[in-house]
Amino acid sequence: MNAPVLPGPLADNPSLDRWVTFPAPGKVTVGTGRVELGQGVLTAMTQIAADELDVAMERITIRSGDTEFTPNEGYTAGSQSIQFGGVAMRQACADVRGLFIERAARVLGCKPSELDIRDGNILRNGTPTGQDYWTLAGAVDLSAKATGSGRRKAAADFAAIGQSSARLDLPAKIFGKPAFIHDMVLDGMVHARVVRQPNRGAAIAAIDEQAIKRAAKAPVEFVRNGNFLAIVGNDETAVDLAGAAAANHVTWQHVETPTSLQAEASWLIQRPAVDRIIGAPEPADPQGRARFEATYTRGHLAHASISPSCGLAVYRDGHLTVWTHCQGVFPLRAALARTLGLDASAITVHHVQGSGCYGHNGADDAAADAAIVAMKMPGVPIRVRWRREEEFVYEPKSPAMVVKVRALLDEAGKPSDWTAEIWSGTHNYRPGAGGNLLGGQALPNPLPEPPPGDVPEANGGGATRNAEPLYDIAGKRIIHHLVMETPVRTSALRGLGAMPNVFAIECAIDELAERAGQDPVQYRLSITADRRARTVIEKVAAMAGWKAGELGGAGRGRGIAFARYKNRAAYAAVVVELDVDETIRLRHVWCASDAGLVVNPDGAINQLEGGIIQSASWVLKEQVRFDNGVSSFDWETYPVLKFSEVPEIDIELVNTKDEPPLGVGEATAGPTAAAIGNAVSHALGARIRDLPMTRERIMATLLKE
Amino acid sequence: MTKKFEFSLNGKPVSISLDNEETPLLNVLRNDLGVMGTRYGCGLDQCGCCMVLIDGAPEKCCTKPVWSVAGKGVTTVEGLGTPERPHPLQQAFIEEQAGQCGYCLAGILIAAKALLERNASPTRLEIAQALDGNICRCGAHNRIMRAVEKAAARMREGVRPGIPQ
Repeated sequence: MNAPVLPGPLADNPSLDRWVTFPAPGKVTVGTGRVELGQGVLTAMTQIAADELDVAMERITIRSGDTEFTPNEGYTAGSQSIQFGGVAMRQACADVRGLFIERAARVLGCKPSELDIRDGNILRNGTPTGQDYWTLAGAVDLSAKATGSGRRKAAADFAAIGQSSARLDLPAKIFGKPAFIHDMVLDGMVHARVVRQPNRGAAIAAIDEQAIKRAAKAPVEFVRNGNFLAIVGNDETAVDLAGAAAANHVTWQHVETPTSLQAEASWLIQRPAVDRIIGAPEPADPQGRARFEATYTRGHLAHASISPSCGLAVYRDGHLTVWTHCQGVFPLRAALARTLGLDASAITVHHVQGSGCYGHNGADDAAADAAIVAMKMPGVPIRVRWRREEEFVYEPKSPAMVVKVRALLDEAGKPSDWTAEIWSGTHNYRPGAGGNLLGGQALPNPLPEPPPGDVPEANGGGATRNAEPLYDIAGKRIIHHLVMETPVRTSALRGLGAMPNVFAIECAIDELAERAGQDPVQYRLSITADRRARTVIEKVAAMAGWKAGELGGAGRGRGIAFARYKNRAAYAAVVVELDVDETIRLRHVWCASDAGLVVNPDGAINQLEGGIIQSASWVLKEQVRFDNGVSSFDWETYPVLKFSEVPEIDIELVNTKDEPPLGVGEATAGPTAAAIGNAVSHALGARIRDLPMTRERIMATLLKE
Repeated sequence: MTKKFEFSLNGKPVSISLDNEETPLLNVLRNDLGVMGTRYGCGLDQCGCCMVLIDGAPEKCCTKPVWSVAGKGVTTVEGLGTPERPHPLQQAFIEEQAGQCGYCLAGILIAAKALLERNASPTRLEIAQALDGNICRCGAHNRIMRAVEKAAARMREGVRPGIPQ
């Protein structure tokens, strides 16, 4: 018999003691490489471990994202935590449970099949045996490698999985307990602010140290290493004042500033790019078939995390310890090792929660800042907290994108051939090899800038994510222009290219439905045989009371859109109802999602709902502006959706038990964007293909009519 | 030149000596008094993460100089309730799972408390408008507003905060 195939993260981290230990009687510690980003993953992992180990959730302490203790699962990203990390956790726990059953059988002189576990106690034919995980822990070697032979629970036997468990981390946040990295206080800690190098290659021309010190109103010191300049002091207020003043008292040469022209997505076309085609070449001769072509764009977006990034570090006795809220502690450790010239074994990186990040924000860079200062001040714990403006200006942006859709239509007006041509900067510029940590770029002899790549198709693609429609279309291809130079650093934001691509596809599908004189729901159903896709489309239409042929106009409209995230994660269909005059007012959003087995239904709904609201904010309001530099630098110059602007939202999950789990965190962003686009078109009788849908664009569209 | 400032924090007198009387109240709370529930979000009076009650009125405190609260009463999220004796708002936020990352919640709870004190039966729109000075980036808005409605209903039925202010 072949050995069972281990889930990827477990194959990468086979030592079971990285996943499960029994540190004290009645206690279980579970390790995961996935980190809490506000998405509730640690609660879901605890539910999984409780079921597969047969212990109460209350016994479990979860340890996450720690180079010393936990599995290395790369980045917590791409809605993969439950789909992959959760399956690995299930198998690791099942293997551990299996080892204890075997050991107990030997101790008790019985067959393993006679034994069961209830809340950690070993039962023989239903009767307590006096043995439990903790009595046997000394005799079971958990440094053993996972075999995949532990039998995972059948869905019918789940107790915690599938229940809406309350988030374990929320009470601390609701009662005002220290909960975030920002709340950490280390003995002897000093505060630091970085005077940011405006761009790679910029050099300090002059520093008016006295002026900065006067502004601080309390003692501060400078730490400099090449063009890396930081202000440190015991008093956070003083370093904040000095950090703000430094903008006027440190001058730089070789400064490059992005221009307002570069803020527009259309700037990307004609830029130097690496081009490729995924799929067969475009048919040269459409042979008289009807053609459709339209271009959709979106500007740069900011993650705009509510808390500016923060990092702590101490360098003591040749060992660097770093605390960070980044998405991948192991990749950050590798990047720090290269940046600082240390061996990875001389660095420990611990994850501590920050605010929601939604992707690659300033977290890694803030950690690197703290580490660079710490190396210059051995023995002193350093806390770097970015300023609000620093976060907005220097966090990696989600790149602007242009998506051109070309389709050939059959006699019935259905697409028979589909091309998505995409221009975009990279969606993946994570620290990796170390050349792109901001602080590192300012050091003497910085590591070379890594060439921009994008996420491989095997991992869901970056700019190409969801560029291929899931619909039944005979010919499909993606033409990808990876634009090599972007006006600002760009990297991963929730869903990567999925939002602009689904916006383009699903707006185009509506345009085709209209050309064919068909209802958008019926048209979609007529071009997809995928059972699960049909189910969510039909479900959301029923939820919203969708009426075929309902007339829009008079400023009110309804739109539908659908996608399966990455064409391999959760399905989501969304209906939006809104009013438009000079601006758009969202009234109601309905969503049906098929995420397969859902570990924590309320947690999944919370994620789907958050994705809807965040996407609505992107579509209605958000674009990073450049005006002699990044001019979106606070909440007034980068407004996001407010409480009085959010719609009512109804979400239903379907098919929650029978299929393997599928990631949900990013599933609603694309369909929401497109459903808004389709509803606006329904209301106005005219289509807006450029995001965000600002007042200016709405007025321009109305005037064209 | 060190100066002494006295105010009341969650009903208890505090006294603090500072060189810089312009030090923001938020930094005094977090760094000098070790009261971490009130969060830093922007330092620009924009996001509401640092909202506290000053003599009962909701105010952002990241730029509010400490001298301006001398002799006044400051209430932070720690002053609402405890896990053992939660404020009805805190109880409702947990029941509704009203939050994702939770960074904005301390300020939102304060804004909601101030709302319910001046309006025991707010409409959804009134709740939304009262919270428009607080940013939630994760998209937990509807849960938060449901929790405020729930707490308001309970308080109208006579449920009182566990700890008197």
